[in-house]
Amino acid sequence: MLKLNTVQKISSHPTSKLLSFSAISIGLIGLLILIFAGFGWISSNPVLLFFSLAMMSAGVILYSVFLYKYVPAGIKNNHNMSSSISSKGILAWLTAMVLTAFYILLYWYPEYLGLHANGNFGLIGFFDPLSRFLKNQDASQWFVYGVLYTLAILIYGIKFIWKYRHSKYQIIRTISVMFFQFAFAFLLPELMLRLNLPFNDFKNMWPLNYYFFDECHIKELLQAGNIGWLMLVWGILMVVLISPVLTYLYGKRWYCSWVCGCGGLAETAGDSFRHLSDKSLGAWKIERYLVYSILVIVVLMTVGVLYSYFTGQEKFLFIQTSALRSWYGFLIGAAFSGVIGVGFYPLMGSRVWCRFGCPMAAVLGIQQKFFSRFRITTNGGQCISCGNCSTYCEMGIDVRAYAQRGQDIVRASCVGCGICSAVCPRGCFKIGEWECGYF
Amino acid sequence: MKNIYIIGNGISGVTAARHLRKKSEHQITLISEESEYFFSRTALMYSYMGHMQWKDLMPYPIEFWKKNRIDLLKTRVLSIDFKNQNLMTREGQNLNYDILILATGSTPNLSNWPRQNLTGVGCLYHQWDLQKLEEYSKNIQQAVITGGGLIGIEMAEMLHSRQIQTTMLVREKEYWSNVLPLEEAQMISAHIRRHGIDLKLQTQLKEIKGSDKVTAVVTDQNDEISCQWLGLTIGVRPNIDVFKNTELEIDRGILVDAMLKTNIPNVFAIGDCAQQRQAKPGRKDIEAVWYTGRIMGKTVASVICGERTEYDPGIWFNSAKFFDIEYQVYGEISSSIQENVESIFWRHPTVEKSIRINFDRTTKKVLGFNLMGIRFRQEVCERWINQKNDIQQVLQNIRLAFFDPEFFEDCSNDFIQLANQKTGMNIHLNAGWELNNVLNFLKN
Ligand SMILES: Cc1cc2nc3c(=O)[nH]c(=O)nc-3n(C[C@H](O)[C@H](O)[C@H](O)COP(=O)(O)OP(=O)(O)OC[C@H]3O[C@@H](n4cnc5c(N)ncnc54)[C@H](O)[C@@H]3O)c2cc1C
Ligand code: SF4
Repeated sequence: MLKLNTVQKISSHPTSKLLSFSAISIGLIGLLILIFAGFGWISSNPVLLFFSLAMMSAGVILYSVFLYKYVPAGIKNNHNMSSSISSKGILAWLTAMVLTAFYILLYWYPEYLGLHANGNFGLIGFFDPLSRFLKNQDASQWFVYGVLYTLAILIYGIKFIWKYRHSKYQIIRTISVMFFQFAFAFLLPELMLRLNLPFNDFKNMWPLNYYFFDECHIKELLQAGNIGWLMLVWGILMVVLISPVLTYLYGKRWYCSWVCGCGGLAETAGDSFRHLSDKSLGAWKIERYLVYSILVIVVLMTVGVLYSYFTGQEKFLFIQTSALRSWYGFLIGAAFSGVIGVGFYPLMGSRVWCRFGCPMAAVLGIQQKFFSRFRITTNGGQCISCGNCSTYCEMGIDVRAYAQRGQDIVRASCVGCGICSAVCPRGCFKIGEWECGYF
Repeated sequence: MKNIYIIGNGISGVTAARHLRKKSEHQITLISEESEYFFSRTALMYSYMGHMQWKDLMPYPIEFWKKNRIDLLKTRVLSIDFKNQNLMTREGQNLNYDILILATGSTPNLSNWPRQNLTGVGCLYHQWDLQKLEEYSKNIQQAVITGGGLIGIEMAEMLHSRQIQTTMLVREKEYWSNVLPLEEAQMISAHIRRHGIDLKLQTQLKEIKGSDKVTAVVTDQNDEISCQWLGLTIGVRPNIDVFKNTELEIDRGILVDAMLKTNIPNVFAIGDCAQQRQAKPGRKDIEAVWYTGRIMGKTVASVICGERTEYDPGIWFNSAKFFDIEYQVYGEISSSIQENVESIFWRHPTVEKSIRINFDRTTKKVLGFNLMGIRFRQEVCERWINQKNDIQQVLQNIRLAFFDPEFFEDCSNDFIQLANQKTGMNIHLNAGWELNNVLNFLKN
């Protein structure tokens, strides 16, 4: 969605108001083309599709250039608590409703988006030319979603880089999520489909990727011959070797705020909403119950599915494995991670899924807490308890509580985004590693 | 179990209450006329600029106070009967105390300009000052701020965030050059101007104009600047008017000894309102900063619980942020050039960043660090100064102090090169910023 921060956020540079306004208009026209296509008022046309995507991108990018270019580099949080989109105003509610509706159609009613076996129409049909160009197939709802998702990470990534241009950590990290989303999550899998190979996102990992051990997925991989085997072995290696080693070395941030697609969207398109995370003690309690329960469920489910696969039995410990699998897909995979996770960005913050739901984050969090060199050190007595760090922690960690006591921070949920360190006006945080003596 | 009253719920009063609760079962009551719950005064600007909501300014959740059995009372103490150990509140309540801690903080300095009571003239210290500014600045175009200190620049940043054209009148040669060395002060002056603030140096307020609202000010250069807001930020003084003409011994602040005791038994004073009878060498008797208030709060709790401790402010440190430039200081840094102090000053060729290290010309002991746009680790600098390490040793290991986030530009080589040139030394950097090295250094 385009971000309409209205004139309030626009700097006082004389022409920037006008320029920002034009940028917003360009983006909105791009969006309108898409909406018209969705309603079937425009038929599939590669030129229009190109213009729509290009104008939306140009709108956001130009808007951020005008917003940040004319003012010195530094923290740009002015009016976050009063502008409609970032403080749960009307724009925020509208955005949330549109996003949620989009997710509901996407997951359960793709036919309303124009999915049709004998030729797509509507929004999905609008993307057919691009899909054919990339992989010689008609578009699916997932293709449309993938394009928009990747585009959002790329263009809002550029906005984020402009916003934090004084911080090299933020710039490098953002380029990293943009790269992994574009190359690994989008381009490579689409090209593999073109080459008739199984769709595979090499950076996606069980248990976030809960369908990795599904019967049909394993079969698909095995049927693909050597390359399929490679994918299977890689997927397992990721879980048992690569991820633990990297998490030991750098903390869970190597995945959650440098590589992961969910994290990627949260850090870029979701940046304007990071302060909406719930910081209360109650929320922390719910977080711990919820995220570890989901981890237990996904482990049980996967063991069950594998058990069924190898033994042919439908039940594992009295549980109907396929039913559990489909309920998980519906409740956690779709409703939680998609509808609530992204649809509610403007109302609950950008990391609701990562914090309360993601089993991958739970696993990495346990490693981070007990088997990792990762550590945030605070700066002695420098904290003035202002609260910027806690406010802008997207994971809802009460960072200030540690800083004002001069304590190190090692929290399972910390994704190492480094924003606390960026917004602290007294320079109180340093993210780093130390030899914790396990190896 | 004693009945302890604390007047003032700022950082010093609250820290005292927290530590008293940790150490004892006394009955503790925090009184404040300003707000029921403790908030961070230092973050007032962020509330105005929309970085945070009011609730975000509160370091402890509301449940905290009940859970820790710290009673909160929102009222003004009008007078104190020290003989009978009685407080009189605005509502006419009489409260009997066994132990009293005075933590009344500061109040803005006003220098009695005619018409300083006009609407649109205000300061920035208490919550009500912020409310006033919030209400009044809604539809204004121009503002003038007089005073070139830390609160003045914060107010400038606040007004600027709402696109109000702002002029700062500063008496000194450069912004805050009565505290900062000239090079740093110049850098900050330039930075202020880069943000579009009209900074008028060596200029003072002469006259306020307007009939019921402020409409303009006249400077001592006879410039007339029209404005709808005038910020008076010429410093603060201890908030002790309630204690005038009582048995409590006061000077500019409430006089206390090293155990933070006043001249009256069972009465203590901490934070901004306290004045040390005998300040530690090199330190001021009144230091109105957050950190000292916190240390005093902790100390007074120990003293009341019978420990034989004294107030020890440690090595001086402070920090601030001037628009986008972070500032940190450790140890002694003087604004003027001193005879037996040598200074190594490095400034980044393009970016607004600098490092200054001062050391004693004869003994070579390191004295202080002054940083702009670069973060140093407090514990490391403190240790070097405390241990009276000589400059060579400090420079060699300077990387231990760097506290900037990962991937930030490593300027230690440039800095050392300059230091070598300037002092004729031949220093090679010891490798290693790794956290382990730092922790090892701090442990030994
Ligand atoms: C805008 C601003 C920014 C600042 N930034 C920094 C910074 O970055 N770093 C730094 O080190 N310091 C900073 N300071 C200074 C710092 O805030 C003070 O040193 C600190 O708050 C003092 O704490 P305190 O507990 O002594 O008193 P205060 O915080 O002033 O609290 C005293 C309280 O007592 C109440 N009170 C007083 N008299 C009575 C009475 N008779 N009855 C009832 N209640 C009473 C007052 O209303 C007040 O609420 C800043 C100050 C301001 C105003
Ligand atoms: S942002 Fe910095 S100064 Fe403010 S509360 Fe957090 S650690 Fe303390």
